[in-house]
Amino acid sequence: MTYLFNTPDQQREMLQAIGARSIDELFDQIPADCRLPGALELPPALSELELEREVRTLAARNGAGEDRVCLMGGGVYDHFIPAAVDEVVSRGEFYTAYTPYQAEASQGSLQAFFEYQSLICRLTGMDVSNASLYEAGTAVSEAAFMAMRATGRHKKVVMLGSVHPEYRQVLKTYLSNLKCELVVIPTVEGTADLADVKKALDDKTACLVFQHPNFFGCLEEPEELTRLARSAGALSVVAFDPISLGVLRRPGDYGADVAVAEGQSLGIPVQYGGPFLGIFACREAFMRKMPGRLVGRTTDRIGRPCYVLTLQAREQHIRREKATSNICTNQGLLALRATAYLALVGPQGLKEAAELCCRKAHFAAERLTRIPGVELAFDRPFFKEFTLRCAEGVEPVLSRAREAGFDLGPTLSRFGSAFDDSLKDAVLMAVTEKRTKREIDELVAALGGLEATTLGVAAIPQR
Amino acid sequence: MRNLLATKPLFELARPGRRGCTFPASDVLERPLEALIPQSQLATSAPELPELAEPDVIRHFVNLSTLNMSVDTHFYPLGSCTMKYNPKRHERLARLTGLGDLHPYQVDEAAQGMLGMLFQLQQMLAEISGLPAVSLHPAAGAQGELTALLVAAAYFRDKGERRTKVLFPASAHGTNPASAALAGFECVQLNVSPHGLVDIEELKSRLDESTAVFMITNPNTLGLFEPEIGRIARLLHNVGGLVYVDGANMNAILGFARPGDFGGDMMHFNVHKTFTGPHGAGGPGAGPIAVRDFLADYLPAPVVTRRGASSDKVHYSLSVPAKSIGRMRTFFGNVGILLRGYFYLRTLGAGGLKAVSENAVLNANYLMARLADVLPTPHGKRCMHEFVASARTLYKERGISAMDIAKRLLDYGFHAPTVYFPLVVAEAMMVEPTETESKETLDAFAEAIHKIVAEDPKSLHEAPHSTVVSRPDDVQAARKPILKWEPSAS
Repeated sequence: MTYLFNTPDQQREMLQAIGARSIDELFDQIPADCRLPGALELPPALSELELEREVRTLAARNGAGEDRVCLMGGGVYDHFIPAAVDEVVSRGEFYTAYTPYQAEASQGSLQAFFEYQSLICRLTGMDVSNASLYEAGTAVSEAAFMAMRATGRHKKVVMLGSVHPEYRQVLKTYLSNLKCELVVIPTVEGTADLADVKKALDDKTACLVFQHPNFFGCLEEPEELTRLARSAGALSVVAFDPISLGVLRRPGDYGADVAVAEGQSLGIPVQYGGPFLGIFACREAFMRKMPGRLVGRTTDRIGRPCYVLTLQAREQHIRREKATSNICTNQGLLALRATAYLALVGPQGLKEAAELCCRKAHFAAERLTRIPGVELAFDRPFFKEFTLRCAEGVEPVLSRAREAGFDLGPTLSRFGSAFDDSLKDAVLMAVTEKRTKREIDELVAALGGLEATTLGVAAIPQR
Repeated sequence: MRNLLATKPLFELARPGRRGCTFPASDVLERPLEALIPQSQLATSAPELPELAEPDVIRHFVNLSTLNMSVDTHFYPLGSCTMKYNPKRHERLARLTGLGDLHPYQVDEAAQGMLGMLFQLQQMLAEISGLPAVSLHPAAGAQGELTALLVAAAYFRDKGERRTKVLFPASAHGTNPASAALAGFECVQLNVSPHGLVDIEELKSRLDESTAVFMITNPNTLGLFEPEIGRIARLLHNVGGLVYVDGANMNAILGFARPGDFGGDMMHFNVHKTFTGPHGAGGPGAGPIAVRDFLADYLPAPVVTRRGASSDKVHYSLSVPAKSIGRMRTFFGNVGILLRGYFYLRTLGAGGLKAVSENAVLNANYLMARLADVLPTPHGKRCMHEFVASARTLYKERGISAMDIAKRLLDYGFHAPTVYFPLVVAEAMMVEPTETESKETLDAFAEAIHKIVAEDPKSLHEAPHSTVVSRPDDVQAARKPILKWEPSAS
């Protein structure tokens, strides 16, 4: 009777009102040859107590928790989440509400999403933001589709090789049944060669997609890239790091047409991959071509300010096959997390968090590269993440680190043929504001560093 | 009793110098940032975010939340959405150390507990759907649809068959044609029969060797089980096409029928509907798909595979199907939501799931019967888990529209049903009570409807009267879009 109400007596009363003799009779609509003859074969039902016991055991088998230090990157990071963010999204009125089609019953969510849109515009310097897409891979793909609509060029999209390989893979899948070419410009030095980019762009190109800071953690030259795209009549699509905008120039300021991002860094736990937050913002010119939900401000019957879903004629429930996207359910609750996070940290907090990431990452890179056989793969400026190359191969280094309680990753070989052979012994490492000098010193010591700090951390003997 | 100050926009509550979250000072490298990052890359000013203190942020959002209806606060009979109760134990479990804080790039060896649950979820969904190959990858139902269509496209391409068309009935959810267009197919919409079902003759006339997929929701969006589904499937298979079942309405047939058994070749689940993932005011969701074994090789990557049988030798890993269409999104999937679905299925078991459908269908038929005298259902005396009533007569005779009734229901403390969908019914009101509602609630709802339809139409046109706002001007919102806060607006 879990989560159910009606007693046998009530069920009988209800059947009487319906004029049926049994509940089974209500299923007469299902032809006999469609009926399941027996019962489904599923594990037996568990009480809350039993379920919790079992799930706790399974959770304990996973490598996470307070005794492990996360230095992993690749688009998802162990950033700090203030407790107040969790409080806000734990409100039942938020997390058990539905898509705000009935505006009068949803002013809470609608205003929160309007504030989200506003904050994203302030953060990025862009004119308009939607109320979320699924995550960064589809956000990049939706941007490419919008660029095709906006330019009328449906045959070619150009992307830098320094964009996250999973974003590339997603776009490739989305284009797989369409007649559109995806051209990837190799970035062997870690960032784009502008001459190569210029050569690749032509009057067939719908957009140039780049990531800044890029997948390797390195800083591209965003203003030059947006200029090159513009000269070719193509849109520029940048995938940015939300935390980096605490210190770096904003997409709107360096001339991007579309700015997308993985918003996980803004108050969302890592959760083994999702649900996350696809941020999508663009210039005003593209407002009516945007994908995703948009919340607008208007007045009601008696002139009171209020919020509604608007420009719905773009969307699937109205335009169907001519919609700007097929998206229906988006990532509302995660947009709410991001809104609460940005409201709590404010401009100063975001700057502090960004500076801490940057300083700690540079400190870690400096110390680690003093270890023989460990070097930075690229000689380029970086923000909070960098690519290490290990002469002895990456696996021994990772297992030594793992044994000492440190998780680095992802390895670049994880992405198969996405990268050059020269990067087969490379791994990403990200250092967030949560990491401490002591942790970094311990990692260096664990990896056999000769420069173990004098603050009482003994070098761990080589195995 | 409302706190009107706290719900002002964040920007109006902000004051320079206020701080919510602060961070510790750096314990490394106190060099200026310009020494680490080229000056040309650095912003010359901080982003113009509002400056707020933590108590203000909490008071603001908590007050905002009270302006919402939700499953936790109200009866929410939104047809096609399955607004059932969201169990609280799921919230506690999803946040456990080892689950919520597990990085997606953690190596398989250090994710065995997680992978084990996801593998078991794949198996359970295969059993419930009757389709053996499952992908947990898609982020929502619409993405599940797109994924399955791309799987079909890859399958036909591999066979050397050129199939360009996707068929669907006019009663289909908008995501069906939208997904088909995105997947590069031509959309062919079929009229439904006067009984609200697939028109077999119409279907036959539009089928040919260029048909790739027929997308059908079953039970359909009118809450009716397609009695000819077996025949429909045979017609499709005879021309070499595939049947896609939109699983949004699975709440009606759990344990009673399986799409794989009644002719479906592919389907998606809405974990945020049937398996109680919280709706979150517009997501997140999860849209796993299940397909026939001959389509398994084309599934998106990654999937969870298992090696070994006995429990101490079992090893789970992520793998790529042999002819995978590739990735549909970053990382594995909306794991947080998938886990909630997993917890739900482990809580209910086979008997519990069957009871879900029994009570969902009982509740819907009961409500339909109680409303029949004022809100008739054009398409029959029985429904599955939802029914589509029509306010057409009320509108003709007294000028009371479905929208008017919907808005007035808010005053009575009920969220409105879905209105004006599906498009095939005039003044449609699609009502899905779900199984997690009591007879008392249904009776109160029926009583409210009876009162409403007897009220003065003029007053109904201006409903709701007791909510914070009433009848927003949608036209103005679209004509002059204001999509972010500006200082001049007040």
